[in-house]
Amino acid sequence: MDTKRFIARHVVDLPKSGIRDFFEIVAKMKDVISLGIGEPDFDTPWHIREAAIYALEKGKTHYTSNLGLIELRRAITKYVEKVFKISYRPEDEVIVTVGVSEALDIAFRALVNPGDKVMFHQPCYVSYHPSVTLTHGIGVPVPTYAKDNFALTAEALAAAWQPGCKLLVLNLPCNPTGGTCNRAQLEAIAKFVVEKDLLVLSDEIYSELTFEGEHVSLASLPGMRERTIFLHGFSKAFAMTGWRIGYACGPADLIEAMMKVHQYSMMCASIISQEAAIEALLRGEDGMKAMREQYHRRRDFIVRRLNEIGLKCHLPRGSFYAFPSVAVSGMSEKDFALGLLQAERVAVVPGTAFGANGAGFVRACFATSYEQLIEATDRMDRYVSGLRR
Amino acid sequence: MLMNPVLKLLIEGGSLNPAQMAQVLGLTEQEINSHLEQLKKEKIFLGWRPVLNLSKESAAAVRAVIEVKITPERGGGFNRLAERISRFDEVESCYLMSGGYDLLVFVNGESLQKVASFVSEKLSTIEGVLSTATHFMLRSYKEQGYLMDVVQEDNGRLKVVP
Repeated sequence: MDTKRFIARHVVDLPKSGIRDFFEIVAKMKDVISLGIGEPDFDTPWHIREAAIYALEKGKTHYTSNLGLIELRRAITKYVEKVFKISYRPEDEVIVTVGVSEALDIAFRALVNPGDKVMFHQPCYVSYHPSVTLTHGIGVPVPTYAKDNFALTAEALAAAWQPGCKLLVLNLPCNPTGGTCNRAQLEAIAKFVVEKDLLVLSDEIYSELTFEGEHVSLASLPGMRERTIFLHGFSKAFAMTGWRIGYACGPADLIEAMMKVHQYSMMCASIISQEAAIEALLRGEDGMKAMREQYHRRRDFIVRRLNEIGLKCHLPRGSFYAFPSVAVSGMSEKDFALGLLQAERVAVVPGTAFGANGAGFVRACFATSYEQLIEATDRMDRYVSGLRR
Repeated sequence: MLMNPVLKLLIEGGSLNPAQMAQVLGLTEQEINSHLEQLKKEKIFLGWRPVLNLSKESAAAVRAVIEVKITPERGGGFNRLAERISRFDEVESCYLMSGGYDLLVFVNGESLQKVASFVSEKLSTIEGVLSTATHFMLRSYKEQGYLMDVVQEDNGRLKVVP
């Protein structure tokens, strides 16, 4: 029987993630040093894991309120106020979600009418465009460039804008480029947003991993709080990817709309993860800072080495990704990544997995040990000098 | 407080050798060595020692923790006696403690007899040592930050994720 005919058209048309194909190849190979992993190499700090064990022991095995445990929402608003300088009411301006992924999904579902246009900068996280498509919206990619260290500029936004644009998705610092915006750049973006009457979904999952300068949240700029849904989570800063726990903060009406979608689909985030998240916010800061320091040193190392090798790479101000150009090889990013994998068993992700604007670049994640980074870059060196000969 | 980056890397890098440390920090190996020399000179970095699993046959040793009460002296307090005790090769570590006793002494020996005779013949006969209470260690679960006998299972981390 042709079971495929039951699949919805817009899902049939949805392309498979480019990362998926690459994963299939890497998974079959042995002794690969992978710089293709978009998550911390650290396990979740023990005190956080232990808090989850304790929660289980106490019988915390039930549903929570749809919005999430009030203790967690209080801890979140306190943290957001302290770190991002934005204040939200824990009662009705915060919703706890199953990772930022769910927060984005329910935001799109709550906000996008069929045919609404959603702007996002590209290269970008793999799920933005498909998530928009799944809600029958139209994705409008806005290119970012190596010459700007992959910061989003108001000029690029203005050039990409079309009538019908309603939302703008920001991801600063950005996966996969590590690019981010300074205050002046954000002010220009804010001006554009007001001018075009857009609502912003600001995914700031990498914000704690900002290595120099301040991380500025768009929502903290004058007039932007009511135009922004602030999305954040625990995965990167607290090394909690597998817990699937994140949150959204924003004006009560918008959170309420998201909550409707959330309550009919997810009901609530896992209570165990919520309990762990409370511990992370209350006592996780030192551990988080220690991890950031290590990422910082690793970043300095890998970016220096990549440039020595000839893989021109800007200094990513945040995240744990380096995004070097492979121009020196004279190859496409896909051929380069495949060749490197086959010849030297080092996995990097072709930039086009993150959208057409990633052409000519690869993403190398430096959330791995010093030894592995030294070995991986030595292998890349050998590969690139072999190509030059 | 800004910590010396070489010192930081010593702590977090685990088993990096000076050549690898040089690579990570973008310095020459010579510069790393002179940094290490400086740290040694300042008595911050004292030296390298292997962390061994003493329950394994080839590294086997008997260890005891000894609570020692001593008489403080006018002028020197506990220092002279503590230093004297510390100089024995059998003594791995020695700390001045608050509470019910004065010194906590970690002793290492090839056999129970050797540790026992160190305590009875050397330690307790030193003038000024008032009493000793010796506790033999039965099993180690964590040594200098390394978990013992915990099988590090593959955590199933995927090789490529977005």
